[in-house]
Amino acid sequence: MSTPGTSAVAAPQHAARQDGPPAPQDALPAHFDALIAAGETIEPRDWMPDGYRRMLLRQIAQHAHSEIIGMQPEGAWLTRAPSLHRKSVLIAKVQDEAGHGLYLYSSAETLGVDRAELLDALHRGQQRFAATFNHPALTWADTGAIAWLTDGAAVINQAPLCRTSYGPYARAMRRVCQEEAFHVRQGYDLMRALCEGTPEQKRMAQDAVDRWWLPAVALMFGPPDTEAGGADARTAALGAAVSRRAIAWGIKRHTNDELRARFVDSVVPQAERLGLTLPDPAIRWNEERGHYDFTPVDWETYRDALGDDTHWARQRIAHRRAAHEDGAWVREASAAYAAREDADGRTEEPA
Amino acid sequence: MTTTSDTAAETARTGQDPDLAAHLLRLGDDALVLGQRLCQWITRAPTIEEDLALSNIALDLVGHARTLYTRAGGLDGTGRTEDDYAFARADREFTNALVTELPNGDFAVTVARQLVYTHYAVLYYRALADGPDPDLAGFGARAATEVAFHRRHADDWTRRLGLGTPESARRMQAGLDRVWPYTAELFEEDDLVSRLAAAGTVPGPASVRPSWEREVGEVVAGAGLTVPAPRWQARGGRDGLHLEEFGVLVAELQSVRRQFPGGTW
Ligand SMILES: [Fe+2]
Ligand SMILES: [Fe+2]
Repeated sequence: MSTPGTSAVAAPQHAARQDGPPAPQDALPAHFDALIAAGETIEPRDWMPDGYRRMLLRQIAQHAHSEIIGMQPEGAWLTRAPSLHRKSVLIAKVQDEAGHGLYLYSSAETLGVDRAELLDALHRGQQRFAATFNHPALTWADTGAIAWLTDGAAVINQAPLCRTSYGPYARAMRRVCQEEAFHVRQGYDLMRALCEGTPEQKRMAQDAVDRWWLPAVALMFGPPDTEAGGADARTAALGAAVSRRAIAWGIKRHTNDELRARFVDSVVPQAERLGLTLPDPAIRWNEERGHYDFTPVDWETYRDALGDDTHWARQRIAHRRAAHEDGAWVREASAAYAAREDADGRTEEPA
Repeated sequence: MTTTSDTAAETARTGQDPDLAAHLLRLGDDALVLGQRLCQWITRAPTIEEDLALSNIALDLVGHARTLYTRAGGLDGTGRTEDDYAFARADREFTNALVTELPNGDFAVTVARQLVYTHYAVLYYRALADGPDPDLAGFGARAATEVAFHRRHADDWTRRLGLGTPESARRMQAGLDRVWPYTAELFEEDDLVSRLAAAGTVPGPASVRPSWEREVGEVVAGAGLTVPAPRWQARGGRDGLHLEEFGVLVAELQSVRRQFPGGTW
């Protein structure tokens, strides 16, 4: 799944913890800068600027939430997969996404919050997830389009994050990336089977691509952060400032628009091989730039269409909340049982 | 009716054994239908860890169904594939035990259903592993090892819910009460199974019932709960007589496949 764009996210609710090593106060920032400059990782015990911690926490939490919410559109097709092979592949994929959520919540926890707080923030609408998933999976082919296109976008986004400056995040991302690459291949394979099938199957595949292309190309990479990418001058300046800071801190390594272009370059030839048409008439090889041209993302329109208060945004959160609330008695039982085992363990210790 | 040695000779000559095929379909249907029910939990579980655990179990169960269906297709002379069995049969042709199709209910009902099935399946698959058919024995050994993990998961949750809070204990007991009337069918020996057991082709499921009763009795008692003593026991699944909810389960399972006749997947 995705590393969502870093804009427009509610600030985290938690005061940053300051448990850096004992050292003169002004030596700490210098030490931090030196680690970043040397390309070394920042570890939870290291001092870090508040802004760095906040930016990371926001990004990791949003990424973790996206993994979990992203299980829903595909999860809805688990019971309908049209072959036992595809069913197995889809179960394994959705299971991987749950695992990604767990790794990422764990790395967020190294920044001094716990998963329950992050889930509460998600359920209350205070932290976001990739708006890509505020989009319905209407047919079986959508599961293929999601795996091929949105996981494909995630791979492009996430490959640089395997070298991101915060150690626990980088290590989580290395595990995630390998599995995402596998999801993309399986999504492509699913689409290939449909394209080689009956005309009705091929139409279903094309329809899914028509609907999932923009959610992938626009929303998986965040807002345009360059004028060339379609931002107006003010937005571009703001976006560039955010990206510059994230890049300076080694959290990001590329602008949103660079990654977006890289994604388009990788997908166009794949779509051609499948015989599918990407729904953007402006896609054309640009010999001079050595990249494909495509229509700049109209972010405002797009974000509004799939924004926070739409049917699907509400539905995704409602689904999560229902699961969480229905399971409250189970989690309470678990906690009570664990407390009791702990107490029993203590009383059994020799005096 | 053919005698045991006739059947064995026929199997050896043609590789076909319709009785064994029918029996393997029952086991495969148990696995697929229970896996389908577990798929309905995914994204709805009480924790992300449970979404992960239940999908892991569902994945193993679908794997068991695939192996069993493939083998059945070789044995019944039809050459049907795993997908033919899963997607091209009518509801009445499925022969899973009713317990595997029971609706999920709350998490405690699902745990109770897992408890009774996994203890049965580990015992029965281990018994298969000692049987004369090398392929089936190999499958039994592998599947028993996998289901032993699912059994551990069910045992742990039974205990945790039984000893957790008053509410969880009440719900866990209700879950046991809900599933118990459907357990006897797992051990039922009708003419088909009796013929196979008499020929020594497969163990009779009734042979594992005493161990099952001892094991689940221990888990339930260890969780501070009571083994239900239902006044009735349901049957019918092995003859294709299912609960009303089953039609919906099969319709959902097969919907995409049936929408695209002649499709390749
Ligand atoms: Fe993922
Ligand atoms: Fe993925």
